Amino acid sequence: MRRFARTPDIMQDALSIQHVSHSFGRFAALKDVSLSVPRGGFTALLGVNGAGKTTLFSLITRLYDNTSGRIEVAGHDLRREPGAALARLGVVFQSRALDPDLTVAQNLEYHAALHGIPRHEARLRAAEVLELVGLADKLGSRVSALSGGQSRRAEIARALIHRPQILLLDEATVGLDVKARAEVVALTRALTATGVSALWATHILDEIRPEDGLVILHRGEVLAQGNAGQIGGNDLTGTFLRLTGESA
Amino acid sequence: MTATPRPTARMWLTCFLGIARRETLRFVNQRGRFLAALVRPLVWLFIFAAGFRAVLGLSITPPYQTYVLYEVYVTPGLCAMIQLFNGMQSSLSMVYDRETGAMRTLLVSPFPRWFLLASKLVAGVIVSIIQVYTFLAIAWFWDIRPPAMGYLTVLPALVLSGLMLGAMGLFLSSAIRQLENFAGVMNFVIFPMFFASTALYPLWRMRESSVLLHHICAANPFSHAVELIRFALYQRFDLMSFGVVAGCLILFFAGAVVMYDPAKGLWARRKGGGA
Repeated sequence: MRRFARTPDIMQDALSIQHVSHSFGRFAALKDVSLSVPRGGFTALLGVNGAGKTTLFSLITRLYDNTSGRIEVAGHDLRREPGAALARLGVVFQSRALDPDLTVAQNLEYHAALHGIPRHEARLRAAEVLELVGLADKLGSRVSALSGGQSRRAEIARALIHRPQILLLDEATVGLDVKARAEVVALTRALTATGVSALWATHILDEIRPEDGLVILHRGEVLAQGNAGQIGGNDLTGTFLRLTGESA
Repeated sequence: MTATPRPTARMWLTCFLGIARRETLRFVNQRGRFLAALVRPLVWLFIFAAGFRAVLGLSITPPYQTYVLYEVYVTPGLCAMIQLFNGMQSSLSMVYDRETGAMRTLLVSPFPRWFLLASKLVAGVIVSIIQVYTFLAIAWFWDIRPPAMGYLTVLPALVLSGLMLGAMGLFLSSAIRQLENFAGVMNFVIFPMFFASTALYPLWRMRESSVLLHHICAANPFSHAVELIRFALYQRFDLMSFGVVAGCLILFFAGAVVMYDPAKGLWARRKGGGA
């Protein structure tokens, strides 16, 4: 694996993954993966379909049990302190996770309750996070009535309502048109300016900027990690194709 | 790193109430589901039971102290049927949530998974009890009138049987991979469970026609749920049924918790985020 220089962290990482492997039967989906996400930064997890991004997210969110290595969220070991670790995670899954039969507010209040936040507090926070994602006027709308981009922003609001320290976004722009995609990426970047860290799983190179943190995952292995500008130079696409051996 | 405070009792309660509220909202939003849950037992009561009244009148059978009409006999079985279908409906909704991804929202909560599943189970039971009491209220106008106190004494029985049938649904949902497979559950679980039970006929009648069928019905946990409700509705307590229903509840719920455990159940072996 190639390591590239990154601004030294003076604070603890928001997410630290050390030597994590995972298999489905004989198929090794992740092989000795180690990576870290600094606090308040935007880190892209880049990989083609089948690279292991969703499996990694499933391990971080404890949908799967990690039996090897160590995952820490804001310093909390996921195996030893799952509650404390999950309380600090906000997750936007690849597939839609909002209940289409309920309103945006009802979905957010439900999610807040799952984090033990009382209803009166949840209402205040729902208004706050919807304002943040530009959906203040959709509080009472049914999720089924939202557009794809609005629905995605509502998912981000849901993931933020319990004030997590790190946001995990798994292919959050899949299925969105160009405008909605740009809005969701811009919104996530804006959030990192408020101190929330973001791990952005994607296979779209256009969504990555030179100043972003970058982890390249391919066939379950981390091929490179560090600063996107330093990894890719002026040609991130070429570097990615060369590293993954996917070039023509 | 600062020390993390443990969730307070209030936070646990908030979590439970949030899950219960969501289940209730979904139920209220799906009015068709409420009607379907009521129409099914009412059709059995008004048409099937009325039609069979002449041939299937029953001699004195505990807990009844007199000869009862067939409609009276079949009513506790129909209450249990509501709960059985409600349990399966919850199971179906779990599979649907898993397919749509909504399940992940639940499972990434910082609360323990057993607590999240138990909360979902209890929320489903609350909904089923509302359905049963609505059914019993309609049945009252059809001259099915158990003792007034029976409406109260049946409540704990409904809670226990609802929990057992809901836990069974939860357990089944953990093993069903796709929504399409649910038709199999209907054919292989719900119908055999309902028909091979004491919901429609007493055990002694079963023995008259087939000893094997009698044994199957006697061993069926659903029969015990029906008898628990039947006895409770007439202010009696059936220890045997209580024991079987409570035991099955523990077994099914423990099975569901294991199956939904990321380290142990089928969940761990599913590629692609089975959640």
